[in-house]
Amino acid sequence: MEKMIAGKTITVNEEGYLTNFAQWDKEVGEALATEANIALSPRHWEVITYLQNEHKNDVALSIRRIGKSGLVDIKEFYVLFPNAPLKTATKIAGIPKPASCI
Amino acid sequence: MSEFNGEIKKMMIILSKATLENVYAAFVLANGARMEGIEAEMFFTFFGLEAIHKNKLEHLHVATVGNPAMHMPTMLGGLPGMEALATSMMKKEMEKIDMPDVHEFLEILTASGVKLWACKLAMEMFHYKKEDLYEGVNGVITVGDFYKQGSGLGAHMLFI
Repeated sequence: MEKMIAGKTITVNEEGYLTNFAQWDKEVGEALATEANIALSPRHWEVITYLQNEHKNDVALSIRRIGKSGLVDIKEFYVLFPNAPLKTATKIAGIPKPASCI
Repeated sequence: MSEFNGEIKKMMIILSKATLENVYAAFVLANGARMEGIEAEMFFTFFGLEAIHKNKLEHLHVATVGNPAMHMPTMLGGLPGMEALATSMMKKEMEKIDMPDVHEFLEILTASGVKLWACKLAMEMFHYKKEDLYEGVNGVITVGDFYKQGSGLGAHMLFI
């Protein structure tokens, strides 16, 4: 389905995740963060960029992997994205929702 | 005024067993709740206490006896070393799917904001002290305290 995000027509799935990363830019990320009630700080952006790179490298994302990232620990990850952090952060990053249970 | 829509807000998970498969089930459910933005608290009672006992949590075993899903004759499962063998096989498989060990899992849970409670009655029964427990345990409480923790709309209790 299509949705207007930051003044652009973006293709998303039924849960609101982008299906085409080429349509993502920082403004889209900002708009998605606002929808999730998150004001993005430089720290948020570091994590989002990390998630995008991991996704690009075909790494399956999980909470455990975030904890081992060397960038952010699990506690801070929950502070940055308080409600369902991995789901929220990946949505803002424009990448698919991780299917991991851990 | 907002009406409650039936969503799950909090999972109260009671762990009464120390077999690895039960401990992992409880941990995955608690962590999975937090990942969905659902609060989670755990109550460790009876043998479940071993999962937060400093000297025992690294040595939990899979049950090979009385576990039909092992597809192993019960008499065979009772042989010395059988539990250790099954456990090491299971641990290898779990590492492959990126499953943390018990200690690391406890760290993930506490960092994720899961509250860990030890059952006062079971602590007394096994003569355990608070210092014997994993440092992330929030406290030793009674059943009544745990129920109080679980009050509110959208809280669910699960016994493992």
